[in-house]
Amino acid sequence: MLGYYMLGYYIDLAWRSLRRSPGLTVLMVLAIGFGVAASMTTYSVFRAVSGDPIPWKSSQLFVPQIDAWGPSSRDSNGEPPDALTYTDAMALVHAHRAKLQSAMYRISPSLVPGQAGQHPINVSGHAVYGEFFPMLDVPFLYGSGWSADDDAHQAPVVVISGELNQKLFDGANSVGRSLSMDGKDYRVVGVMDSWNPQPRFYDLASSANFNAIGESVFIPFERGIAAGIYNSGNTNCHEPRTGPGFIGLQQSSCVWISYMALLDSSAAVSQYRQYLDGYAREQQRAGRFHWAPNNLLRDVPAVLDHQGVVPSDTRISLLVALGLLVVCLVNTVGLMLAKFLRRSGEIGVRRALGAPRRALYAQFLMEAGMIGAAGGALGLLLTGVGVMSVGWVFRPEIAALARLDWSLLGITMVLAVGVTLLAGVYPTFRAARVQPAWQLKSN
Amino acid sequence: MDILPIFSALRRHKITALLVILEVALTCAIVCNAVFLITQRIDRIHMLSGVAEHELIDIQISPISATTDSVPRMNEDLAALRQIPGVTAVASSNQLPLGGSSWNAGIKIARDQKESTLNATTYYGENMLETLGTQLVAGRSLLHDDFYDFDAVVKAGSTSDTKNMPKVAVVTQAMADRLWPGVSPLGKELFMGDNIPITVVGVVAHLVRPSFSDNAVAEYSMAFPIRMAAGRYVIRTAPENRERVLAAALAKLKQLDPKRVVLKKQTWDQVREKFFQNDRAMAGLLLGVCVALLVVTALGIVGLGSFWVAQRRRQIGVRRALGATRRHILRYFQTENFLLATIGIVLGMAMAYGVNLLLMVHYELPRLPMMYLPMGAVVLWLIGQAAVLGPALRAAAVPPVVATRSV
Repeated sequence: MLGYYMLGYYIDLAWRSLRRSPGLTVLMVLAIGFGVAASMTTYSVFRAVSGDPIPWKSSQLFVPQIDAWGPSSRDSNGEPPDALTYTDAMALVHAHRAKLQSAMYRISPSLVPGQAGQHPINVSGHAVYGEFFPMLDVPFLYGSGWSADDDAHQAPVVVISGELNQKLFDGANSVGRSLSMDGKDYRVVGVMDSWNPQPRFYDLASSANFNAIGESVFIPFERGIAAGIYNSGNTNCHEPRTGPGFIGLQQSSCVWISYMALLDSSAAVSQYRQYLDGYAREQQRAGRFHWAPNNLLRDVPAVLDHQGVVPSDTRISLLVALGLLVVCLVNTVGLMLAKFLRRSGEIGVRRALGAPRRALYAQFLMEAGMIGAAGGALGLLLTGVGVMSVGWVFRPEIAALARLDWSLLGITMVLAVGVTLLAGVYPTFRAARVQPAWQLKSN
Repeated sequence: MDILPIFSALRRHKITALLVILEVALTCAIVCNAVFLITQRIDRIHMLSGVAEHELIDIQISPISATTDSVPRMNEDLAALRQIPGVTAVASSNQLPLGGSSWNAGIKIARDQKESTLNATTYYGENMLETLGTQLVAGRSLLHDDFYDFDAVVKAGSTSDTKNMPKVAVVTQAMADRLWPGVSPLGKELFMGDNIPITVVGVVAHLVRPSFSDNAVAEYSMAFPIRMAAGRYVIRTAPENRERVLAAALAKLKQLDPKRVVLKKQTWDQVREKFFQNDRAMAGLLLGVCVALLVVTALGIVGLGSFWVAQRRRQIGVRRALGATRRHILRYFQTENFLLATIGIVLGMAMAYGVNLLLMVHYELPRLPMMYLPMGAVVLWLIGQAAVLGPALRAAAVPPVVATRSV
């Protein structure tokens, strides 16, 4: 009861004190607001480009790499190619050693809408296996992915994005309807809810890291191969191809297929590693590889880190913004010291009248907290402006990610109050040490 | 101005003086490095491209289904595009400078060399260099008789049939300087993957790659005599005709084959703008942080300056009563700020250097040029003086009569 009463009293005292020196108060609030806003704006960009796209599962999703090129093409780290050859990808698919797995390659077929009068459009997507959808927890609006049976029979089925469904079928449940891609008919089996993970972690080897627009179509891998839908992602070759066209690419040692496997325990991971090494040794015995196995099996966070998906200058600007926050802290310490020590007389009187040091701590920290809250409010406003201008100047694929959301607002406020309280600790300590007798005498 | 009294006064305010010094030092260190980062971005944004900047148009189309007659179709398209009034040159290419996705190859300068000397981008397309507007500085450009069709080259590659493979190339000056420093590159041979030699017949002054992150390799480009029907047309025309020519070209292409999809239609200025958009944004972000930093520092100096003036009202009054002029008081506070700022700047320079070393190790940044340090110093001195002016003027306005009052 007493505590509650005193709290109100401290708020009142703090308010009076802040009003007594409005200049200094405004300076502090401005400094904290500016500092916090600049840091948070930079942080929002950083968060946008470094976020884990699938945090609940990323450490169970693995990308295998098999060295199909040998020592002559390795870089100084001995890194094998970042994608697979068709031969190796098919071997992994057929061995099926993971709980869920999918080989995949990027496609961009031309799509002719069913209705007359609409122009053909170019769409982007991936050719994948049916296990791709449950493995990556792809959300569906209607229907679902396809079965292993569909994979085996090269079924002409397609999963489309909600946006494409809106465009082609006006958002109605289109499961069972058909559309024409590269001159062939496909039956819609599923419509995805909005799904555009950033970065596009399932195929970093082949896709631009950040994409403003999600992918529109997914078709069965074997269907894509059979229908000759060409790879539209990266193709890297170590030696000239032996034959022309898509068939030539499949027979070549070029790498162009991405692969992902779900391994849910450390035992499963080590078993998979053993399997990969066993496979490479087998290839060595068969005379296809002339080198010892050099495989890699990284989980998604490790792949993101290795690929350097986070632009290094974003990290640097975050450092600069942190520096700014430190300067704000130092600045606030100085200003608060000035503010609190200016009231030595008042402190002396309160101490002489019997206020314990604890009470002074409570009073001054309350004042610091109020300054912090005001700075935070200004910071929120400026962060909003900052994030909006990020959307204005950055490329849309990054700008779309830098968003103002509740967590960002929350962090801004907590940071502002936290930093100010931290800055208030030393000035409060100094203020509480004021000797009452000396102050009373000098007045 | 006697500075000893200032020091003895500051000794009574150790902590606050230290805070000002620390703030100035941190600001100096951060601003020096941030401004350096900004100028690097700006240099990148203004990089020489080597092409006729405001005269190019890029059109990308894709056929609806795989066609077998892609080369005749391309020739038909090119002939039609050339007919459009105002068009000075047309080429079909595999890629565009600063266009994003690129075709690259490892380049070796000797037969049986194990590792590539460098990685360069390869531009294909007849008349491509002329259309882009590159400037030939030595040798000759690629001629009609040098060219082979892409499909024929791929087929030749699979059968090691050297007859149908390109034999010459044009490289950039930057690439030639890196491969054969100090020697004329004309007549030199280079190798790509296999051991078939390609002779350098010409050198262009500049030609930037479609994409790169390291500026040092931005101009490792070469042009190859390969005819390619990739559905990407580059059109050159006078800057004022671009909009009209683009519209006419699209209409013409549509008329020749209505079953095609236009993937991209843009002027090269738009391509360039998009390529450097993130660099511009990053420079803007850093600039914003720098301004915020300087503002915060200035606010801090104003605040502490006011505090000191308020605390020393009595002493100021005494000094005025003993004959000090307003100017003396003003100078006192200005000198005090100058001293604190100088200590902070010296400390800040050392920190700037340290931060730069750290960034060099972790982020492969170049060394901070020395000229940034004095520039940072001048900026901070000016900001310090500007910030302290208000409090100092208030101090100078304190009347001598204050000395006679008891509180």
